[in-house]
Amino acid sequence: MNLYALLFLVAGLGIIAWLTGRARAARFGSTSEHRLHSLPGQHGLYVALWTTVPALLFVIVWWAVTPMLATDAVIKSPQALQLPAFGYERDAILNEVRARADGSEYGFYPLAEQLAPLYAHASSFYAWLGSGLALLLAFACGAFAYTRVKADFRARTRVERTVMLVLLVASLIAILTTLGIFLSLLFESIRFFSMVPVTDFLFGTTWSPQVIDPADPGKTLGAVPLFWGTFFIGAVIAMLVAIPFGLMSAIYLTQYARPVVRKWMKPMLEILAGVPTVVYGYFAALTVGPAIRDLAVSLGFTYASSESALAAGLVMGVMIIPFVSSMADDSIAAVPSAMRDGSLAMGATSSETICKVLLPAALPGVVAGVLLAVSRAIGETMIVVMAASGAANITANPFESATTVTKQIVDLLTGEAEFDSPKTLAAFALGLTLFLITFLLNIVALRVVKKYREAYE
Amino acid sequence: MTELNSPQTTAPPKMAAQGVNVFYGEKQAIRDVSLDVDMDNVTAFIGPSGCGKSTFLRTLNRMNDTVASARVEGLITLDGENIYDRSMDVVQLRARVGMVFQKPNPFPKSIYENVAYGPRIHGLASGKADMDQIVERSLKRAGLWEEVKDRLQDSGTALSGGQQQRLCIARAIAVDPEVILMDEPCSALDPIATAKIEELIHELRGRYAIVIVTHNMQQAARVSQRTAFFHLGTLVEYGETDQIFTAPRQERTKDYITGRYG
Ligand SMILES: Nc1ncnc2c1ncn2[C@@H]1O[C@H](COP(=O)(O)OP(=O)(O)OP(=O)(O)O)[C@@H](O)[C@H]1O
Ligand SMILES: [Mg+2]
Repeated sequence: MNLYALLFLVAGLGIIAWLTGRARAARFGSTSEHRLHSLPGQHGLYVALWTTVPALLFVIVWWAVTPMLATDAVIKSPQALQLPAFGYERDAILNEVRARADGSEYGFYPLAEQLAPLYAHASSFYAWLGSGLALLLAFACGAFAYTRVKADFRARTRVERTVMLVLLVASLIAILTTLGIFLSLLFESIRFFSMVPVTDFLFGTTWSPQVIDPADPGKTLGAVPLFWGTFFIGAVIAMLVAIPFGLMSAIYLTQYARPVVRKWMKPMLEILAGVPTVVYGYFAALTVGPAIRDLAVSLGFTYASSESALAAGLVMGVMIIPFVSSMADDSIAAVPSAMRDGSLAMGATSSETICKVLLPAALPGVVAGVLLAVSRAIGETMIVVMAASGAANITANPFESATTVTKQIVDLLTGEAEFDSPKTLAAFALGLTLFLITFLLNIVALRVVKKYREAYE
Repeated sequence: MTELNSPQTTAPPKMAAQGVNVFYGEKQAIRDVSLDVDMDNVTAFIGPSGCGKSTFLRTLNRMNDTVASARVEGLITLDGENIYDRSMDVVQLRARVGMVFQKPNPFPKSIYENVAYGPRIHGLASGKADMDQIVERSLKRAGLWEEVKDRLQDSGTALSGGQQQRLCIARAIAVDPEVILMDEPCSALDPIATAKIEELIHELRGRYAIVIVTHNMQQAARVSQRTAFFHLGTLVEYGETDQIFTAPRQERTKDYITGRYG
């Protein structure tokens, strides 16, 4: 049976369950001497949930395992003896069988064409079986719930508990996804580290994945230049721009700006935070980069490149300004106004009050904001892909080119390499390291913020 | 009107207000208030909530300047000088007229740094030893020295509410002001801490001109020699505290003191 038709039927059953459950409850309400504990609608919902949820769960599981069952049936058939024993070709043929059974016309293997009808037959059998079972389950569970509807039955509490469960699952999805991503990164990284020693990767100072020596792949896969570049561009140059400007704009907005100005400027800054990073990337690559190269040449650096660390870092810093500004704004605004009044009443000027009272009091919040900003900057990809170079230099000269972890991940994965070479797997190791670093930064930032909150409560 | 409201004093007043009006935007919060504050007496402001006591108190050190919508009219003088004059330096004025707030508001710094804050920004200490001395003297005057002398480097916010308020008083004293304004300094404190502050006010009397806003009639009677009763933004009656509490001239004052409203 068609999956959609089945879902439609289950939904229909659910509606019927709701109506009958409600009607039964209403009848109890009018005849029995007890007052109904829950409203008829809640009883209806209770029966409907029992009817649909177990059936739907069953359908999900069943439709997930059907391809396996059907493939099994195909393999057990006499024609399947011609299949190659194991390995790549066998899988390819089976894949093609499935594709053909689903209506695809193309393929390389004549055998697949023979097996496809078998597969189609088996899978339709399992679909009918599954549908029957699902409907039966829906009916059985619905009937069970129906019999439980009594005047004093606490349908309201039961429904409430189900709602809570649904919400819990919804909130777990993001967490579980992150966990899944982390685990997949971890497994690929473990494969990488089985080929390349961890120490080579973490402490090696040569990065050139184009020339990997199969005997000693770790020799050219040292990630130090990448981490240095990331740190230099994201945490040094970008922050040199973002921290002062972000802070000053926060101070202006909280302390000096008239309400009208603040009302306009704050949303404008926030819009700036919503500009797609690829637009900043253009700006960095086409405008800032060449301008900085010209500047460098006029300063006497003859080999200046337009893909300098400075260009990428500056633009990244500008991109982060709204971020720092709004975090700093929040934490300055959270300092009780009594502090400010206290200082002003001592005869301090506005700027003395800001420097000596407000900023120190807001410092933990500001620091947390900066940490979050750093973790954003080092994870930022588009600007560096467009504006930074691929040359892995360890340099503190901002006019020279530097590369970052994110840029290298993009380069490694867009190449034409097979999926289990050290070169490709290195991308996962880089990703994992980056993930861990940003994760750590975020945790530290959140702790700082939490401590700071406690100080004022 | 002024004659009627002002108690007889011989010495020239430390601060004097004449015909003061305060507006918040369109709304008038203070109407034509004239009153003198002198050096030897503690002056108490009483009156029902919202009558403008805090507003008037804040005009005396121009803290209303920090409220964008506030506007002050009339003449207020400190030692005969108009404090709203162009030539008056607000920073200097606030160093001479200190303020203690309703809720203790120590800075999130050490006890020492809290007290040293004012002298530091006004450059009153000539060195570390001098500063130590100012801090010690201020804390002693505020009656807090014995309790904190061994932990001057602890955070000021870690003290109890009453200690924090005395720290704020020490902080205000540290710049050697001439006038100290206190806006309900005990309203967040328990009776014991309140008693300590009242005792402190007694000791500070004479050295500084003190103005205190309070909702507590007994407190006004205990700590002050002059009492001003405000109602709906006007100064209804101003006189010797004894006279205000035993023989008020105005019907409204009597009603308030006897608890008819407020
Ligand atoms: N910042 C402000 N903006 C606008 N109106 C204000 C502001 N501060 C006070 N007011 C108004 O001015 C009037 C006097 O307020 P004020 O705080 O001086 O009263 P108060 O006598 O100190 O009262 P309380 O005893 O409750 O402290 C009130 O009506 C109040 O609403
Ligand atoms: Mg008040």
